[in-house]
Amino acid sequence: MHLARNYFWVQKILRERFCHHFCAAGKLFGMEQQYRHLLELLRRTTVHGESNSALVIGPRGSGKTALLNHVLKDLREMTQVRENLLEVHLNGLLQTNDKVALKEITRQLQLENVVGDKVFGSFAENLAFLLEALRKGNRTSSCPILFVLDEFDLFVHHKNQSLLYNLFDISQSAQTPVTVIGLTCRQDILELLEKRVKSRFSHRQIYLMNSFDFKQYIKIFKNQLSLPAEFPDEPFAQKWNNNVQHLSEDKAVQDVLQKLFHHSKDLRSLHLLLMLAVSAVTVHHPLLTAADLQEASRQHSTDSKANIVHGLSVLEICLIIAMKHLNEVYDGEPFNFQMVYNEFQKFIQRKAHSMYNFEKPVVMKAFEHLLQLELVQPLERPSARAQREFLLLKLLLDSSQIMEALQLYPNCPTDVKQWAASSLSWL
Amino acid sequence: MIKKCLFICFSFSLGIMNTRQQSKLIYSWYGKPLGSDRKLRTSHYKGILITSESSKTETCIQLGDFILVEGVNADQPYVAQLVDLYEDGAQHKHAVVQWFCRLEEIPQNQRKMLKRDISAQEVFFDQVLGYDTDIAAETIIKSIMVIPLHLGEELPVITLNKEQTFYVKQSWDGKCFKVLSPDTFSKLKEANKTRGVITNSSKASIPSDIFTPVKKKTESVVRSATKPKKIDMEIESKHSSSKSSLSKERHSQRMANNDIKTPTARKKLELNSPTRSKGRLLGYEVLGLLDDDCDATAPLEQSATKRKVKFTNDILGSPPKIPCSDDKSKSTTQSAEHHQSDIMRLSPYTKVNDFSDEDKNLQEKDDVPSLGGYQSSQSPVVTPRSRRRCVQKTSALIAEQISMLDQEDFLSDSDSSYSLSSEEKEDDDDDDVPCTPEKKTKSNRILSTPKSSRKSAVHTPAKTLRKTPLKGTPRTPRNATPEIPRRIQATQEPASVLEEARLRLHVSAIPESLPCREEEFQDIYNFVESKLIDGTGGCMYISGVPGTGKTATVHEVIRCLQQAAENDELPPFQFVEINGMKLTDPHQAYVQILEFLTGQKVTATHAAVLLAKLFSTPGPKRKTTVLIVDELDLLWTQKQNVMYNLFDWPTQRHSKLIILAIANTMDLPERIMMNRVASRLGLTRMSFQPYTYKQLQQIVSSRLKGVKAFEEDAVQLVSRKVAALSGDARRCLDICRRATEICEFARQKRAPEMVRMAHVTEAIDEMFSSPYVNAIRNASLHEQIFLKAILAEFRRAGVEEATVQQIYHHHVALCRMEGLQSPTVSETMAICSRLGACRLLLVEASSKYLHMRVRLNLSQDDVMYALREE
Repeated sequence: MHLARNYFWVQKILRERFCHHFCAAGKLFGMEQQYRHLLELLRRTTVHGESNSALVIGPRGSGKTALLNHVLKDLREMTQVRENLLEVHLNGLLQTNDKVALKEITRQLQLENVVGDKVFGSFAENLAFLLEALRKGNRTSSCPILFVLDEFDLFVHHKNQSLLYNLFDISQSAQTPVTVIGLTCRQDILELLEKRVKSRFSHRQIYLMNSFDFKQYIKIFKNQLSLPAEFPDEPFAQKWNNNVQHLSEDKAVQDVLQKLFHHSKDLRSLHLLLMLAVSAVTVHHPLLTAADLQEASRQHSTDSKANIVHGLSVLEICLIIAMKHLNEVYDGEPFNFQMVYNEFQKFIQRKAHSMYNFEKPVVMKAFEHLLQLELVQPLERPSARAQREFLLLKLLLDSSQIMEALQLYPNCPTDVKQWAASSLSWL
Repeated sequence: MIKKCLFICFSFSLGIMNTRQQSKLIYSWYGKPLGSDRKLRTSHYKGILITSESSKTETCIQLGDFILVEGVNADQPYVAQLVDLYEDGAQHKHAVVQWFCRLEEIPQNQRKMLKRDISAQEVFFDQVLGYDTDIAAETIIKSIMVIPLHLGEELPVITLNKEQTFYVKQSWDGKCFKVLSPDTFSKLKEANKTRGVITNSSKASIPSDIFTPVKKKTESVVRSATKPKKIDMEIESKHSSSKSSLSKERHSQRMANNDIKTPTARKKLELNSPTRSKGRLLGYEVLGLLDDDCDATAPLEQSATKRKVKFTNDILGSPPKIPCSDDKSKSTTQSAEHHQSDIMRLSPYTKVNDFSDEDKNLQEKDDVPSLGGYQSSQSPVVTPRSRRRCVQKTSALIAEQISMLDQEDFLSDSDSSYSLSSEEKEDDDDDDVPCTPEKKTKSNRILSTPKSSRKSAVHTPAKTLRKTPLKGTPRTPRNATPEIPRRIQATQEPASVLEEARLRLHVSAIPESLPCREEEFQDIYNFVESKLIDGTGGCMYISGVPGTGKTATVHEVIRCLQQAAENDELPPFQFVEINGMKLTDPHQAYVQILEFLTGQKVTATHAAVLLAKLFSTPGPKRKTTVLIVDELDLLWTQKQNVMYNLFDWPTQRHSKLIILAIANTMDLPERIMMNRVASRLGLTRMSFQPYTYKQLQQIVSSRLKGVKAFEEDAVQLVSRKVAALSGDARRCLDICRRATEICEFARQKRAPEMVRMAHVTEAIDEMFSSPYVNAIRNASLHEQIFLKAILAEFRRAGVEEATVQQIYHHHVALCRMEGLQSPTVSETMAICSRLGACRLLLVEASSKYLHMRVRLNLSQDDVMYALREE
């Protein structure tokens, strides 16, 4: 009973940690400098009323939002800052045009033309109102405003970039102090800004690069799996943490981590892997083992299309093999059903011993199933007038994927395997 | 005939422009010239007659009268006192006025100096220099009352004629409010008194006046005007004063027919106008015409004397206190209309008969709704008078409805009328005229007031509705003030040298002077100054790449000009700024300009009409407007009408509009503007060259004057670097600012530190280094291998584009060489999409899976450089 509660806690703590990437409660890895830069920037905005603009750039999963959340959390704890900063959070995926964005800004600032959650006035009125409000302010007396533009690259596509122009323009003029922070994963973001918008942007770029090596990666792994000191059952936590320490020194575990590290350095994929592994932990399987991680890694890296092939019928496998041969013969040119059927017929007539000679409609049915599974893809949309047999298609599997899948395919007839290995074997 | 056709067309177009009923006003001199100046070819007059065509009223305004003058805002005509009237050599009628200003005309920030509440009816004796006191006589609307009061005095409570009476307590000279000097006070008082005196005298001398109206009429008919009668003027002023909506009516009319400037032209049209009135007024009017003819032929029944009594009543302008009987109430404004029609017709026959006859008719038949009995086979003589019937009838109906309400108002009418009423009655008794004049005056009043109210409702519904804020509905935040909450804790002042430097280096910090743009500054300043002094309009186009100080320089020019205007070195001007980027739509430019100028909030189309009217008509009291149009290229529309209008207005004679247009590209007029727009923009152009490194260095060091935070070489390095790249001063300042931060980070101990080369170099690297190389170096191993595979595939195929399938084969081969486990296709796809999201690669939609095509977003050399270093 006691143990069961412990496991409940373990699952709860670790899953929360793995799922809520942006949560400021977690830790930041390898971005101390960026953290200091951003914190200092925002501190100056709030304390000195200095306007700024900055972009946080880094690949997906590199911790941009986490960094910002951490900075904001720490900023709010400063005494000189408390209640002294207005925040406006926008997301390019939500505010798809300036009109919506403007309403959202006004709503979040709770200006006087907002009643409840409704913003009154037309687009033009709203813009004029907001600009007037911001223009009236000055450095020393107005409350600074922080604009956070998530998915910044999407704002760039708004008409005339007028929202960005206005925000940057305010940040470069003696009006209400404003700091604009953009978060984006695009490295070419500056090239997307219009020249006058670009000129008004301060060119402060904070890059997050996942620039840690494998040793740090192992440390992060340990850190992420360890239970916190405030865990209710201390001996259990001790035991768990010791086990994690062991795991991190285990060769098999290190291999798994190394493989993952080579593929992707972002912490989200690590979290995903650990999540799969931690899910296996129960009362009957008390501690995480290297095998759990290996299993998780296997699941993590399996090929999705090859997995589908495992569930196909022999006839469908034969069709795929026929397509593979066609691809080899015609060097990747598109094919149609008739060609595949002919290839299949050749195999049946000359080579096959175990295969039943299916009628054409049956083969057609199997073929359509492959189409639905998106293992083959038509070059153009099927129209009602074109005959289905002659619709041009492409195979979405690589020959290596097919061969691998065949190896694993249960009870695959030998002649089919041989045929797959070489299209000329029947000669 | 042709004229008629033209006129029909014209009136038709008027109808389109605004559906309000138009009334024409004719301005003619009252009396003969008092004196004339041969040299200047001007002749002075003592009064002016304003004749309204539609309502058949005639107003006379004399020197010393207080008048309303058409202003920028139709609802707020200017208040002035008429000082002089003259006609210049070109036959234009001019008036010289002493202005009064309303509270709305005083700048918001200076209103506070008053420290008391100002009623809407209070005006200030205007001593601001620079206003043009010479106005076109056609802009006069009507006469009003302006009563001087002492500062402590309460405004008399008046319910009637509120709009006609203004009070003046203080004077305003553009800087402060002063109590009226005793001299001015007495003069104003005098001006009011003379009015009163005239009224009194005319009344007192009724017996002698008996003949005057006749004389006067004939005089005006022949236009000899040998003996101008005050009576006449009084009548008119009375009429006009009762027409509160006149200004609006006129305003709309102005808007429509601002082409007709000369009174002569207008008069011609007037003479032809019956065609129009016929078409419009339909049945009533025809009946009225017939009626007129009957009148003309009818035998004389009443003597002119009776008629005269009526006039005197009008003259007295005393609203009667005696309740009148309904049946008489409709003789109305006949007297005035007769004058008018006389003038119009220029007919020699005596009006007296006509008048009396008509009177009789009115008295007898007014209550008979159908006028059918008057039908006759005579061909109607077309006269402008023909509308009279219709006016009478409609107004009478309204009068009946609201006479009850008005009655009360009349009882509390102006003081002078009280005193006169008794005399009046006596006069009437002497005359034993069956109809009492009081009734007539009264009905006159009644008629005019409802008419005006109706008209204002019909004519300017949009304006009146728009102007009144919806106070009754608290849910809609119409009156929301745009404001950002105040901060709770005070800002910290810069503590260290570096912080001080950073504050000064911020782009928003306004330097005391703008170094390196002295020449451009002078050019722009001279341009605007000369236009200001001339009181003309013009355009200037300013171009230059971003960050070269265009907007800053223009603002500096405006600031200096405002300074000069404050010191009375230049005529005052209004400054309006719009920015193409801050508009949601090019047409919103109109709305913003109009709001700046007049405070009205209207739709874009309406604003365009109002602005066009504003800039094309001579506004007497209007200051020159300096308009800055920033980011001009964004005002481009398909038809370019916004740009066309903007640049067309300054070319108009009365526009007094100076436009400074700012944009980035030098050849914008040639590139995107139509010929007619570019031609109006003119050739006054100026281009701001990017800053050279010396200039940038000067800009930075001028800002850092007195703060020892930067090494000289460091500043030079930044300047050279930026000058080589863009010449953007903003960039230069940003780099310096960043360098101070880096310097602050680097310095551990509290020792004072200067920004050195190293810090600047770091800041420059941070801002200008390509992010790609760093991104590639920090990518995972397989991502790097994938990039190598791409390079290999490109080299193999010789095309800078490959499908994922092809790259995958290379990838697998490379992994074998490196002794790594080869990734699955799914993993490779994930790598590809990650690199695509960072835009290291350009990839197609992922639905194509293996056949997705991939390109590099940077050069192959860069990739090789980044990968080799490992």
